[in-house]
Amino acid sequence: MSNLLQFSISETLSLLEKKEFSTQELVETYINAIEKTKDLNMYLTTCFDQALEKAKISDQNYLNGNQRFLEGIPLGVKDMFCTKGIETTASSKILKKFIPTYESTVTQNLWKEGAINLGKLSCDEFAMGSSNETAAKGEVINPWNFEEKRTPGGSSGGSAAAVAAKAALAATGTDTGGSIRQPAAFCGVVGLKPTYGRCSRWGIVAFASSLDQAGPITRNVSDAALMLQVMSSYDPKDSTSSNKDVPNFYNDLGKSIKGIKIGIPEEYNSDGISSDILNAKDMTINFLKENGAEIIPVKLPLTKYSLPVYYIVAPAEASSNLARYDGVRYGARIDGNSLDEMYENTRNLGFGDEVKRRIMIGTYVLSSGYYDAYYLKAQKVRRLIKNEFTEIFKQVDYLVTPTTPTTAFKLGSTQDLLTMYLNDVFTVPASLAGIPGISLPIKLDKNKLPVGIQILGKDFDEQGLLNVAKVIESCASFKDTPNGAAS
Amino acid sequence: MSNNSKIDLDTLKKLGKLSRVPINETGSNKLIEDLNKIIGFIEQLNEVDTESVNPLSSVTGHNLPIREDVVDDGNKNDDVLENAPEKKSGYFVVPKVIE
Repeated sequence: MSNLLQFSISETLSLLEKKEFSTQELVETYINAIEKTKDLNMYLTTCFDQALEKAKISDQNYLNGNQRFLEGIPLGVKDMFCTKGIETTASSKILKKFIPTYESTVTQNLWKEGAINLGKLSCDEFAMGSSNETAAKGEVINPWNFEEKRTPGGSSGGSAAAVAAKAALAATGTDTGGSIRQPAAFCGVVGLKPTYGRCSRWGIVAFASSLDQAGPITRNVSDAALMLQVMSSYDPKDSTSSNKDVPNFYNDLGKSIKGIKIGIPEEYNSDGISSDILNAKDMTINFLKENGAEIIPVKLPLTKYSLPVYYIVAPAEASSNLARYDGVRYGARIDGNSLDEMYENTRNLGFGDEVKRRIMIGTYVLSSGYYDAYYLKAQKVRRLIKNEFTEIFKQVDYLVTPTTPTTAFKLGSTQDLLTMYLNDVFTVPASLAGIPGISLPIKLDKNKLPVGIQILGKDFDEQGLLNVAKVIESCASFKDTPNGAAS
Repeated sequence: MSNNSKIDLDTLKKLGKLSRVPINETGSNKLIEDLNKIIGFIEQLNEVDTESVNPLSSVTGHNLPIREDVVDDGNKNDDVLENAPEKKSGYFVVPKVIE
């Protein structure tokens, strides 16, 4: 078999079943690919020995015809997911050497179905960032035009880069304001943020609990369906997890989109949005029309308030969630002469600048005298934004927008905070409303960098999103590979 | 710094105290500037009329589930202490609190 790295999950599963190659060979090939792409700085920790042990079990299962749903599929895991016995740091110094004694529900679901963990992927520290530059162990390099040292996006930058660079067949990500969709767009891969509650948050390092949601990053739409099917579950250990049935996302793919209504929100535009991105949007609209969908221009006037709401709600929840890092129960401890001094020394050296900024903002908006003016106000506007989506979904079935205002920028080129925050201007609204969104690559821009398009849908209509995405994917026929990918 | 800045050095020190993230005065100007930039940005929300709008704290739409009040887990002492930077006889160890 020539190059095992080229196959998608569904192709790999069928070839493993036909014994065209063994899981052992497959895992060895991916380990080799990880070694070859080391310079992109994607993996924080690897667990090759364990992966090879698991490959033996998978091969046995194929031999006996007992293969599970994702038997032998080698995955990378964002370092936000706790993995039993494997260091989990959320890319922060404060969690250095933290070895969880338990497994997150989402990763447990994957291993139970036979998927194999290759290692832990870098991200922005505590998933706070849009460029992977806040990672304690340094930024990940985007495999597209790798010599130009561009950002893979963030916060799931390691996950998106690894899938694009063929250093994992697929990866898990988490999305709080765009952290799956934006890096997927920057790296030319598919990223799906499910409805809030679809995947359990149990065992995922908490950033902003009312927004955090796990999802897959994959090479194509079918693979996203396969991954989501396994990652989703009702979990009594997460009180916000949903007990809605999980559809058979993969089997039900491929439905016609004839007659469905697609809204194009006019506010998903911004100063400085590139003509390549606008062109990708027009191409997508044409693909949809050709397949019988009805295109309807719509207005979502509250869109511009999404980022300000996000930068109150997310830091507020983060400042509260991150109070647990006190040098007592896990992670790093820097000694001091008193308990308070120990807390302060630990947090001062353990957290990076962006995390500290967000803790300060969160503490400010929650503090006595400011709570109503900022936090409560943001929660009220969040309600209005949610309502605006609910109303618009009475007129249309899906919304189509660009995923990001720009393509991958050069690492270190964005020094201004607010400019960095604007990266998520098109992804944050869906996070606030809790609705599902998917990003998929359409074309390359003039710099040969991928351009992503986002589809948003109603609560728990991931199936519909995947169907629309599949139609767009087959029309766009995006087949390019980054020059930094393993081969 | 514009005169409508919300965060000055005193406020910053107070936030540092509340969040146990100590403030180093020499490097604080940039932080103060950044925080005020963010505060200025989020204050755009004042343009939105939220009279009689209920705040949204969760998008799930379902009430928090209640489970039977029974022990369903336990005997995890070793697991809980596994990652403690300092432990002794089954306890976390912290610097002396009472003289």
